[in-house]
Amino acid sequence: MADAVAVKNFYNQSTNKHTGILSWLLTKDHKRIGLMYMVAILTFFVVGMLIGILMRLELIAPGRTIMSAQTYNSLFTLHGVIMIFLFIIPGLPAIFGNFFLPIQIGAEDVAFPRLNLLSWYVYIVGAILVIVSLFLPGGPIDTGWTFYIPYSVRSSTNISMALFAAFVLGFSSILTGINFITTVHRLRAPGMGFFKMPLFVWATYATAWIQVIATPVIAITILLVIIERAFGVGIFDPALGGDPILFQHLFWIYSHPAVYIMILPAMGVVSEIIPTFSRRTIFGYKQIAYSSLAIAFIGYLVWAHHMFSSGMSDTARWIFSLLTFIVALPSGVKIFNWVATMYKGSIDPKPPFLWVMNFIFLFSIGGLTGLVLGSLATDIHLTDTYFVVAHFHYVMFGGTGTIFFAALHYWFPKMFGKMYNMKFARIAVVLYFIGFNMLYFPKFIMGYMGMPRRYYDYLPQFTTLQEISTIGSWILVGTIFFIFGYLFHALRKGKKATSNPWGGVTLEWHIPSPPPLENFEKIPTITHEPYDFSQLKEMKDE
Amino acid sequence: MSNNTGTAAHHVHRDDVGAKMGMWLFLFTEVLLFGGMFLIYAVYRYQYPDQFHIAAMELNTTMGTLNTIILLTSSLTVALSIAALQKGNKFLSLCFLSITLLFALMFMVIKYFEWTTKISHGIYPGSPELLTKPNGQILFFGLYYIMTGLHGLHVLVGMVVISFMIVFIARDKVTSDNYVKLENSGLYWHLVDLIWIFLFPLFYLIQ
Repeated sequence: MADAVAVKNFYNQSTNKHTGILSWLLTKDHKRIGLMYMVAILTFFVVGMLIGILMRLELIAPGRTIMSAQTYNSLFTLHGVIMIFLFIIPGLPAIFGNFFLPIQIGAEDVAFPRLNLLSWYVYIVGAILVIVSLFLPGGPIDTGWTFYIPYSVRSSTNISMALFAAFVLGFSSILTGINFITTVHRLRAPGMGFFKMPLFVWATYATAWIQVIATPVIAITILLVIIERAFGVGIFDPALGGDPILFQHLFWIYSHPAVYIMILPAMGVVSEIIPTFSRRTIFGYKQIAYSSLAIAFIGYLVWAHHMFSSGMSDTARWIFSLLTFIVALPSGVKIFNWVATMYKGSIDPKPPFLWVMNFIFLFSIGGLTGLVLGSLATDIHLTDTYFVVAHFHYVMFGGTGTIFFAALHYWFPKMFGKMYNMKFARIAVVLYFIGFNMLYFPKFIMGYMGMPRRYYDYLPQFTTLQEISTIGSWILVGTIFFIFGYLFHALRKGKKATSNPWGGVTLEWHIPSPPPLENFEKIPTITHEPYDFSQLKEMKDE
Repeated sequence: MSNNTGTAAHHVHRDDVGAKMGMWLFLFTEVLLFGGMFLIYAVYRYQYPDQFHIAAMELNTTMGTLNTIILLTSSLTVALSIAALQKGNKFLSLCFLSITLLFALMFMVIKYFEWTTKISHGIYPGSPELLTKPNGQILFFGLYYIMTGLHGLHVLVGMVVISFMIVFIARDKVTSDNYVKLENSGLYWHLVDLIWIFLFPLFYLIQ
């Protein structure tokens, strides 16, 4: 490095006595751990994406195209397990939460740095177990990511191993959650009351609570299925008096709140990006903060809307349907506040902002179709069809996935100290939008026409829509590789980024890019509201 | 805590309140883990009240009571060990911790005899003997093995943790002015105790 004498940052300062790879693998620095998560999580994202494109290719024509039906069953299971447990649940909190939560509250690190490193290793062990389960005799799992009873007890594939992997990954999630909650309570800089925290911190805080509250329930459920496979106790077996529906309840008691683990941090990122590029303080700060908590709380009480057709009393069904409608309200509060923030703002449509626009459009479609599925009558018609697949891809991928890229584009200069090519980034937003809608929108139509999900084959009348969808997948995957391409190029040859390229005012923009090891020369004292843009002038003078 | 290593002078950050907050959150997840099991127990008890009643009579209440007394006393000794260390009496603290460990071992031995007696009577998940019984009883014994087994696993983990504390105190890593690790281990041990206090009546006493 020619400018090695330049400012010290967390890349050239080690936290331990090692240099090179060990200085990363044994680090306790939250920024390095965040980047280690990024490498691992992006690797699995690419794997999950490639599995997805293979499935899409299989579906380009009716009948067998490139793989057998059993392979297809394994691939959609793996796609689900990898994308959910290895990418989207840890994605935003573990990467950007680790990197920016301590900085945004003016702390040097998280509350338990060693535990933070441990949770990375636990994540890696879980990931390795998933991979090992593919190659052991018995073959890759084929139950779908929901592991529904009774098939998950009967299937001869390596279910126990994969379930144990999910158990281990849950542990990693819990440890991160505990760490973040304690960090927010104990390490806020002087002057930073709860209502002066940036909204990304609020969202990550709410997420951490869900991680702590919900994950143990899936842990015990998973253990029970493993025990059931090993000993045949009969907890879920009707022949021995057990109840298979009980599994679905326990499973969704975790897995529905997990949906909010995925989306809440994304909403936090949106609340960061919109004020920065509108040069205007966020509209309804407290409402957005409270709505995160409301989502975390109500989201815990809606799980059975995944089971409207599994057999439940009518009373239970309409109560869960009502609660599902209620949980849409805080999400609506957020959307309206974001739009109101832009009103009369001085909007600067840089790439991160464009990604957020992409998000608002895609997530609104995903959210509104969620209400269609939350209504009892329509759900009976649409349950287990492509409509459901389209809905959750719009919410998860169009929501959290899109914001993953928004966060990457927003914080990239801060994390790596380099700028990427703005023109390429703008093109990528447009291509992503086209590819995404081509890939997933036809699934709404096919689902409405009755195409069931997880089917290997289909009737000839679906051929055109399936083809459009497959071509969309090529555009989308091509775009994502294009994004990785120009970001990677920026890493190596990009222009140096200034400390505040976007004109943001939260604490991470007050320190150099990339940040020094201890984040702040001295712990700052907070006097301003989080999105008070009058600070910008003082910041320039500094 | 780790000491100063490496190039950057990373000052040692110590926050006892934070450490305890983290521990309480962890205990909360443990309660929820067992909460799932208690939920299942409640569902099946409601569904098969008579069968649960009959099956529960086969458990050995004497041994269960003995184990309850042992665990409760061990909670006392672990608390006394913390108090002793706070007062600077390292030796006494180590004695109380060793007694705790001994109690834990006794608990596991009694549990072992209980389980082996049941198994020798042919009552274990999937046994031909058990499968001849009605469904409610099959579930009762299934839950009995899973819940006491999971609890037993926690006792074992607690024993490992307490052993570490004994080593830490002996080597002065945990001292009279830095004892949050011991306190947290104590909290964990109380939780193990607390869960047993719920398991005991649910399986042995309600008949």
